[in-house]
Amino acid sequence: MRLESLGFTNVYDYVPGKADWAVNGLPLEGRTAGRRRAIQVARKNIPTCRADERLGDVSDRVRVAGHDLCIVVNDDGVVSGRLRGKAWENDRKATVEDVMELGPATIRPDVFLHDIVERLQRRRVRSILVTSYGSHEGGRLLGVLFREDVERVLAENSGSES
Amino acid sequence: MPTNISRDDVQRLIGEGAQVVDPLPEDEYGEEHLPGAINVPLRKLNQETTAHLQKDQPVIVYCYDLD
Repeated sequence: MRLESLGFTNVYDYVPGKADWAVNGLPLEGRTAGRRRAIQVARKNIPTCRADERLGDVSDRVRVAGHDLCIVVNDDGVVSGRLRGKAWENDRKATVEDVMELGPATIRPDVFLHDIVERLQRRRVRSILVTSYGSHEGGRLLGVLFREDVERVLAENSGSES
Repeated sequence: MPTNISRDDVQRLIGEGAQVVDPLPEDEYGEEHLPGAINVPLRKLNQETTAHLQKDQPVIVYCYDLD
């Protein structure tokens, strides 16, 4: 480390870095310091299920929770698929793995809202998964970002978000 | 070798008066940086640019992220 070669005796390396600081809601300084990020607006209460569960069991659970969307994750919380819309019309005895959408689109938690909103609008995407990144902990579900929430937050904060 | 620290450690050390150095390029530093961090871009890191720092006091460095 170059600081040590310059004579510094007490050097600490915050390895996770600025992105870790930001996605955990800690304050930053600078031109973009006030901008909201995906993880800050993503909904954290979206139901999840395992790939080996029966569709009917999951459907009942998701419906009781008042949702239409369910994210398929493994025991480590890593995303493998998604259930929504017409997927629920399949045979209740089918396994989730047989009917789920594979490889849903995801975004990093530190993405700025104003950088993602145009993409969501252009592609008419209602929601997108927010997942962790990194070679060791990547792909874990952190929340689901809904376009309507992004648009609402940006409208509420117009001026400060630019 | 520098000591790797967590976010909680950073907050504690900053509270104890640690110096924070952002070695990223000037433009990235201008976009956002940790509170109180000073910018000394890595390519400009030398005795002259670090002369105002206290060598015997804790100094924290960071980049954008691990990957």
